Amino acid sequence: MSAATISAADTRIPLRSHLRHTGALIRRNLLWIRQDPESMFDAILFPVIFTLLFVYVFGGSIGQSLGGGQEAYVQYVVPGLLAMMGMNMAQGVGTGFNTDFNSGVMDRFRSLPIGRGSVLFAKIVVELMRMLVACVILMVVAVLVGFDITHWPGLFAAVGLATVFGSALMWVFLTLGVVMKSAQSVQAMGFLVLMPLQFGSSIFAPTASMPGWLQNFTEYNPLSSLADAARGLMVGGPVAHGLWVTLAWSVGLTAVMAPVAIHKFRTKN
Amino acid sequence: MTRIDTNPGGARSAVTVRGLVKHYGETKALDGVDLDVREGTVMGVLGPNGAGKTTLVRILCTLLAADAGQATVAGYDVVRQPRQLRRVIGLTGQYASVDEKLPGWENLYMIGRLLDLSRKESRARADELLERFSLTEAARRPAATYSGGMRRRLDLAASMIGRPTVLFLDEPTTGLDPRTRNEVWDEVKTMVGDGVTVVLTTQYMEEAEQLASELTVVDRGRVIAGGEIEELKAKVGGRTLRIRPADPLQLRPLAGWIDELGITGLATTVADTERGSLLVPVLSDEQLTAVVGAVTARGVTLSSLTTELPSLDEVFLSLTGHRASAPQDTVPADDREEVAV
Repeated sequence: MSAATISAADTRIPLRSHLRHTGALIRRNLLWIRQDPESMFDAILFPVIFTLLFVYVFGGSIGQSLGGGQEAYVQYVVPGLLAMMGMNMAQGVGTGFNTDFNSGVMDRFRSLPIGRGSVLFAKIVVELMRMLVACVILMVVAVLVGFDITHWPGLFAAVGLATVFGSALMWVFLTLGVVMKSAQSVQAMGFLVLMPLQFGSSIFAPTASMPGWLQNFTEYNPLSSLADAARGLMVGGPVAHGLWVTLAWSVGLTAVMAPVAIHKFRTKN
Repeated sequence: MTRIDTNPGGARSAVTVRGLVKHYGETKALDGVDLDVREGTVMGVLGPNGAGKTTLVRILCTLLAADAGQATVAGYDVVRQPRQLRRVIGLTGQYASVDEKLPGWENLYMIGRLLDLSRKESRARADELLERFSLTEAARRPAATYSGGMRRRLDLAASMIGRPTVLFLDEPTTGLDPRTRNEVWDEVKTMVGDGVTVVLTTQYMEEAEQLASELTVVDRGRVIAGGEIEELKAKVGGRTLRIRPADPLQLRPLAGWIDELGITGLATTVADTERGSLLVPVLSDEQLTAVVGAVTARGVTLSSLTTELPSLDEVFLSLTGHRASAPQDTVPADDREEVAV
């Protein structure tokens, strides 16, 4: 029994087992929703409220500056709201996971012979499902308030891109969820970080009228890039720049934060 | 007693711990702990709150890394072979480690799948264990609706899904009422009957006496005594004198009065109101005689008088110099909370 052979055999969990474990944990998270349907409220109500709010409150005035009216603003803001969807879900996953982590069941998971990532992967898969539900609802409401889907493949591509960026953000918030002491602090932290990113972007209004320093900020703000790319894909316009910046952010965040989240999850007392 | 273990740390030893150390900042949760648990036995780890019991269990279950020392469970090293180790252990924590939002059946099914049982096996095992722990009727209800005792039973069932060879029970009855505690004890005894090795941490003397064959007494991160329960009692010496005054109203005043005489053992005299008797720790025949003499001289009529083995409270006091059950409000509720300090 040499130490080397033991370690090699010990660290390997077959892919099929990984899938089985993640599947069992996805089932757990889905059962939560069945047990507590109110937990879907955010995914359902957020797109409805934000779409109505922005289109009817700001639509007229911002629409004018776009050279149209409310109709022009609908075309502008819906791709932006799509870009925001991942952010909202990610924030929720952080607080939810923190609560989950502080319950005794995590000790059991961590004392079972499963890959440490599976608990986190399952969480992300379920949140992405919720996000897709939110996207469908967003598009239904959008069409009801006058959004014109001109390019279906572009719409799907935009949803796909939002999902990719959303999952990258979820790793960030999962890390916060593991590291921070309470769900409230995760929420407060998320609010502090995301508020400027959300409004200092092209999500709700064109950046041209913003002061120079803020325009510089929006230039590198991934939410801006995602909103721009989604806009280009859904209603036409430049896509490439936003797409590459968003993908770069997504890959970068995932490459850094996924290992950190898993490591923190593994080593937390 | 004379059996010579020719293979120490080998097949016969289910748990081997050598020089385990764990610090939380300045606090030494474990300060060089050694432990050997033979296969098929129940080892009671007895100590007050904050003694390091939970830290020990968490290290042995690979939930926590030690700062120094070695430990193997079922022959697997906690650091080098965590995955193999996790496959052969079961854990029931101080707080029910079940998913409260999930129904009991779903909890067990999920754990079956996480232990790589097939769907069919997982279903069968879930049904079987719910039946065995008398939870079949509550199978479809969320665990959050269960009573404290039911939750503990579900927790025990969850620990048994993988047919563990070593089971860790970390204060399995803390916070349960006496009747429910007896229920859990019965379940644990059944599990022990199946040949599982059990490491049981507890603050209750009675629990250790009920379940464990051997005992390790820990205090402030150190092992201060170990051996078979009867052996430990003999080492401490003395007995418990049980006397029943004819007038039950005299129990409490009499207990205080006897303690003040200063002719008894280290533990305090306890009034057992349920059975209407006083439990007086005595270290010698002289003390026994003196107590009986003093009580009768006070004019108290005794309706019965027996002697029993010394209480574990007495064992603990004579070994550590302080009571085993430290006051709840001055000590962290469990070892984990020390981290936050």
